[in-house]
Amino acid sequence: MVSEPSRRALDGRRLPTAVKIVIAGGFGVGKTTMVGTVSETQPLRTEELLTDQSVGVDDVSGVERKATTTVAMDFGRITMRDEYVLYLFGTPGQERFWFMWDEVAYGALGAVVLADTRRLKDCFPSVDYFERRGTPFVVAVNCFEGARQYDLEEIEMALNLGPDVPVMLCDARKLDSCKRVLINLVLHAMKVRGVGEPAALTAEAHQA
Amino acid sequence: MIPPEDDALSQEPQEPHGERWLDDQAGPMVRPYVMTSGRLEPTRGDFDLITLVVAIGPEPEGEIGLGPEHLAIMRLCQQVMSVAELTGHLDLPVATVRVLLGDLLDKGLITMQEPQPEADMHDIRLYKAVIDGLRAL
Ligand SMILES: Nc1nc2c(ncn2[C@@H]2O[C@H](COP(=O)(O)OP(=O)(O)OP(=O)(O)O)[C@@H](O)[C@H]2O)c(=O)[nH]1
Ligand SMILES: [Mg+2]
Repeated sequence: MVSEPSRRALDGRRLPTAVKIVIAGGFGVGKTTMVGTVSETQPLRTEELLTDQSVGVDDVSGVERKATTTVAMDFGRITMRDEYVLYLFGTPGQERFWFMWDEVAYGALGAVVLADTRRLKDCFPSVDYFERRGTPFVVAVNCFEGARQYDLEEIEMALNLGPDVPVMLCDARKLDSCKRVLINLVLHAMKVRGVGEPAALTAEAHQA
Repeated sequence: MIPPEDDALSQEPQEPHGERWLDDQAGPMVRPYVMTSGRLEPTRGDFDLITLVVAIGPEPEGEIGLGPEHLAIMRLCQQVMSVAELTGHLDLPVATVRVLLGDLLDKGLITMQEPQPEADMHDIRLYKAVIDGLRAL
């Protein structure tokens, strides 16, 4: 049960460092599916309690007592050697909870924006958000059955992304596909942040 | 919506405790703010969702001022756990878990590792480790 890094920590050595990647995109686009596909356990769920302050006054008009509601995020864990633990967080579906996005995007290594070609514009708020925030991100286009097959160039044009933002097709249900998306995101984040020489690592990523 | 009550926790042994609410019909009702004596902010620490926490020793017995939720955290933290995982396993809101963790930190019962601040995500080892870890899946 006790994984390698935790054993080391219990021996009084040093604790691993956690990193996170955010999985965003519109409603029902496959965020939870992707978290589940790559995580070592079933996705867990974390809940924030919202008070009227965090939601905004208009939402509680006419409500006597302090209104509370919860907003949930799915997340999963991947334990890595070398003292790192990776967490994947699916953003909450409701976009009005931007403060949650801020919390989950803060300190993220990068983000995957999932898109569905049948409703491409559902991913615009996520794209805008990470662009504005300066979080490195890639767009992964989920291939749902019954959706017309677009080629990537068409999609890139429609999304009107910066020239360097990687766009790729994926299937959130398949491990290999999710791995490829995530590895490409990490390489992209290195490039954006000017870390190291990702060129050597890139070749392998494409076949990953 | 009303904050959820936690089934797992209400099955904990019930010792008389000033911070709990007893209800004749429903049994103990533990609301998130009651559990933390109405506190919304931890006394110490920021506790990011991915801050990693581990217990320094075994689950303490009869430690004064610790409620069942504190003990549940000590039990879970026998392994390294993120704040997010704690909230998931305890089915408690993040704010509540943060307050409880602040108490444990005050008592020196846990130690933690904050994530790398956004500003210094320039360590190539981090990226290499993540890529290797993903490839190994
Ligand atoms: N064909 C296909 N179906 C997918 C893919 N990813 C997810 N699905 C299906 O799409 C449905 C929604 O997936 P979820 O993972 O729940 O989507 P979500 O983004 O978490 O949804 P919300 O949290 O409600 O916004 C599920 O039935 C999945 O099985 C994919 O890549 N291809
Ligand atoms: Mg979901």
